[in-house]
Amino acid sequence: MLQEESDLSLIIAQIVQKLKGSNLYAQLERQAWASLQRPEIKLESLKEDIKEFFKITGWEKKLQNAVYSELSVFPLPSHPAAPPEHLKEPFLYMRKALGSWEKRILKSLNSMCTELSIPLARKRPVAEQKELLNKWNEMGTDEPDLSLFRPVYAPKDFLEVLINLRNPNYENGDPLSFRTHLGLIQVPLKVKDIPELKEYFVELGLNTGQLGIDDSTQVPPELFENEHVRIGQKVLAEQDSAAAQQYIRQGSPTALRAELWALILNISGQPEDILYYEQLKTNVIQYDLLVDRLTYKDVKLTASNDDYYFVFEDYLYQVLLCFSRDTSVLGHFAYNCASPPKSYIRGKIGLEEYAVFYPPNGVIPFHGFSMYVAPLCFLYHEPYKLYQIFREMYVRFFFRLHSISSHPSGIVSLCLLFESLLQTYLPQLFYHLREIGAQPLRISFKWMARAFSGYLATDQLLLLWDRILGYNSLEILAVLAAAVFAFRAVNLMEVTSLAAAEAVLADISTLKVMPLLQIFLFATVT
Amino acid sequence: MSRVLVPCHVKGTVALQVGDVRTSQGRPGVLVIDVTFPSVAPFQLQEITFKNYYTAFLTIRVRQQTAPHTPARWVTCLRDYCLMPDPHSEEGAQEYVSLFHHQMLCDMARVVELRLILRQPSPLWLSFTVEELKIYQLGPKSPSVVFPKWLSHPVPCEQPAPLLEGFPDPSRVSSKVQQMWALTEMIRANHTSTRIGRFDVDGCYDLNLLSYT
Repeated sequence: MLQEESDLSLIIAQIVQKLKGSNLYAQLERQAWASLQRPEIKLESLKEDIKEFFKITGWEKKLQNAVYSELSVFPLPSHPAAPPEHLKEPFLYMRKALGSWEKRILKSLNSMCTELSIPLARKRPVAEQKELLNKWNEMGTDEPDLSLFRPVYAPKDFLEVLINLRNPNYENGDPLSFRTHLGLIQVPLKVKDIPELKEYFVELGLNTGQLGIDDSTQVPPELFENEHVRIGQKVLAEQDSAAAQQYIRQGSPTALRAELWALILNISGQPEDILYYEQLKTNVIQYDLLVDRLTYKDVKLTASNDDYYFVFEDYLYQVLLCFSRDTSVLGHFAYNCASPPKSYIRGKIGLEEYAVFYPPNGVIPFHGFSMYVAPLCFLYHEPYKLYQIFREMYVRFFFRLHSISSHPSGIVSLCLLFESLLQTYLPQLFYHLREIGAQPLRISFKWMARAFSGYLATDQLLLLWDRILGYNSLEILAVLAAAVFAFRAVNLMEVTSLAAAEAVLADISTLKVMPLLQIFLFATVT
Repeated sequence: MSRVLVPCHVKGTVALQVGDVRTSQGRPGVLVIDVTFPSVAPFQLQEITFKNYYTAFLTIRVRQQTAPHTPARWVTCLRDYCLMPDPHSEEGAQEYVSLFHHQMLCDMARVVELRLILRQPSPLWLSFTVEELKIYQLGPKSPSVVFPKWLSHPVPCEQPAPLLEGFPDPSRVSSKVQQMWALTEMIRANHTSTRIGRFDVDGCYDLNLLSYT
């Protein structure tokens, strides 16, 4: 079909343009030039000979991994007449809601700035720079006075915005019709139902071995675990991202997890990456940003109070402060409908040459943001590696959890998926909770917004995040939330208030993730 | 294949409904849009582009001039084309769509008038239509260029003088040099869109407040 061919060539052209600026391109070029010395490369068949050379030496595999990694975030090809904002988010009412939410955040940050008389950014004096450099590895010992700072917003504020999201062309009137949304989300996005989810998550089925279930102490390791580890080592030896992504759907052995995640996210430890991280560190030392205070406050309030993560406090500062200054994160706004906040150099308002983004990465941290980084500290111990993995996870997945969009992995779709799963498969529970004023989404939203970080035990959380990487989608968060409600359904049927319902679900750290998911998807009688 | 926009006049939508439009309770599920081409002769239709707004199914009828003095006939050229896979949910509801002549059921020659019949069976949507409707006809073929005779029929070149011993064949050398030149040209034409990584302007990052625009 003509249309598909032209779409394909457009995608190829765009990926080539994107990869041209990358490290891999420079390396491939160097390798190609060096290969000219080799006897088997002839000038008449230069192109074919070099292609053969790349295949033999494993460079083709690296290029394949890079293309695969670009494709996972690439928006689907679309109509030539569609404007760029339509590609990122086709629905006008969502773009408008996102615009007004962003304005609210900017106003809040500006008012904090003027009330506390602290500049958005300032250059540190030399003495302060030296002090910070000395204290770099123990920034957690600092106890600055942050009592006047408040987080810009918390997940529950964001939930209120989502609840008020309305499609102006949708029948939202009073008479209950067959499609009235009984939950909190009132937009009619397309979400999967259980038969579609069973097909989508087929590798989680009852007949397939899973880490998280089939590696428990009662099951002899010869049945599944040993073979799975062996396959994992083979996948790592081949260095193939696509194969790793398929493999990790059944879970990752603990010893191989760090390398597997790095392979899937296409992160290799190059000297240039260490240099880049050092450059970001220099930026942190030179400039002091207002958002740094917000980061400090967030870490002190959340990760430092967590039994599992308080030991990593220093790492969190080292990652998050650098993250705020990383302009390469701005690249994700090509497929994220949100816009980075803009500002002008003092005295040059309105002049485009003096327009800058603030913070430099365009992301304003909110309450709980540091919990996206905390679980990764168990896997990676060098700060630059930890930083890279976190950055890649953020621009692929986590940004969708705090941005309004109609994407199937966006938080709006996840909320709707959770509510429709609960309503369809546990109607009595849903009705009961609604009657007592305890809408289920009010309890589960915080789990999904943080990707369950800080709510599950760490080993279970990492098994869950394995599947997020394996399926390149966040829908499993909504399925797990519904599965947790299904598990505690008997207790929930007896509560009579929102507070009591929250108490039943307050502690989910003892839950095992994979059995819950398997039972909910494949073993529940519907 | 080139295409040329055809100026058209899109008449207002007409709702098809049983009973009186003003007094009945439900919303119409069928709308008809007529498109006329007042100042254009019957043309070959190449492409139709529009932006959907909550229409689920589209049928297109075209009035064609078959022979010079017979009246033009109405023919259905597209039947129940699905724009929204699930009419109750938002998927496909605001997408840009292109329809080409090879997707139509009949030959799209000598088009005089178009009629779009929009259907939205779901009662959940308050209104539905198609927007930004554009009709394209086949563009003129690029004019054939006449080459001068010496370019299109080159004189066969004379046999070059026999080479001295030890020198490489000139045609092979010239092809190698050409390939090297092509490589250098490609490298020079490379440009990248990566950022450099500086977020300040000339070493200064002293900012005003965040701007709202």
